[in-house]
Amino acid sequence: MEHYLSMFVRAVFIENLALSFFLGMCTFLAVSKKVTTALGLGVAVIVVLGLAVPLGNLVNTFVLAPGALGWAGFPDADLSFLRFLTFIGVIAALVQILEMTLDKYLPTLYNALGIFLPLITVNCAIFGGVLFMVERDYNFTESVVYGVGSGVGWALAITLLAAVREKLKYADIPEGLRGLGITFISTGLIGLGFMSFSGVSL
Amino acid sequence: MASAKEMKQTLFGPIFANNPIALQILGVCSALAVTAKMENTLVMCIALTFVLVLSNVSISIIRNHIPSSVRIIVQMTIIASLVIVVDQLLKAFAYDIAQELSVFVGLIITNCIVMGRAEAFAMKEGPGMSFLDGLGNALGYSVVLLTVGFFRELFGSGSLFGYQILPLITEGGWYTPIGLLVLPPSAFFIIGGFIWVLRMFRPEQIEAKES
Repeated sequence: MEHYLSMFVRAVFIENLALSFFLGMCTFLAVSKKVTTALGLGVAVIVVLGLAVPLGNLVNTFVLAPGALGWAGFPDADLSFLRFLTFIGVIAALVQILEMTLDKYLPTLYNALGIFLPLITVNCAIFGGVLFMVERDYNFTESVVYGVGSGVGWALAITLLAAVREKLKYADIPEGLRGLGITFISTGLIGLGFMSFSGVSL
Repeated sequence: MASAKEMKQTLFGPIFANNPIALQILGVCSALAVTAKMENTLVMCIALTFVLVLSNVSISIIRNHIPSSVRIIVQMTIIASLVIVVDQLLKAFAYDIAQELSVFVGLIITNCIVMGRAEAFAMKEGPGMSFLDGLGNALGYSVVLLTVGFFRELFGSGSLFGYQILPLITEGGWYTPIGLLVLPPSAFFIIGGFIWVLRMFRPEQIEAKES
């Protein structure tokens, strides 16, 4: 249990996808103007990461990893070079299915998250999360914890940045830094704040 | 065929006047994490240039045969296949660097520049212009990344491409490295400063004050 808890904390704070690996930056910078929208996107990312990473883990264990096709009678097959292509497909399919399911069964949630879902298909954070999971050889339970944890970290980072940017509107920023420039610098400062958690171990 | 002036504009425009990273917030993802060392940065830039140029050219060649309803999937598949080639090449010939770049080579697939140029340029123009457009955008991306890498490695660890330039105080020299520059957040500060400098020379890029 402790192992999972410390993994979760690591994924949220120390190895934050947005702030220390620069993943999902395009959406991170573009959709962080208002706290409410940022929060909506954050929740959508938590959901998709929480589903995509474990799913990627299953696909990797049973189809792609060297020797994984043993159950189908191909013990020597090694499809690991197809990882990128497969994961992109899996993520796109997952988002599409999620969108259709939400639309049919949970229309209120669909109205809140729906517009963000297509954005997420090409979000590097999702793809990066899945690739990190493969690289670090997580088992299924670990991948669930990692997926949710890194999603929470990303959501936290974008919400904080949006809160800062809402206040920045009233600041007198040098002309050249206005908009994009100051957003980068604020992101860096938030990142420094998150780094201070690196001494924490549970 | 386009005139020479137009070709020059396509090639050099994206480097400063219309730099994709500084202006359109594209492609910053996945790029900055590898800028702590010049060597890794350079390999990353070469990998991106390779993928961007070839994806632009190949998409442009078959642009009239792609049904528009499935074009995103087709573009994705082409880009992903090119990235797989790069990844396998790196693993075969530069294993150490491939280990350090870890997942970031794979992340070129979701790089917004590659998809963005395929969608915005290669789907409309011929292969020749698409080649130049891809090269120009890749160079614009490389300029930003290499600048960030230069500052981070020179002042963060006193070296460039692994060669010691500023003798470190721990090894009997005089330079105290700035530890902050080795940490990821420093890349954000450098990019912020880069945008500031760029906009001082190009005042028309300054954003209007938000109301």
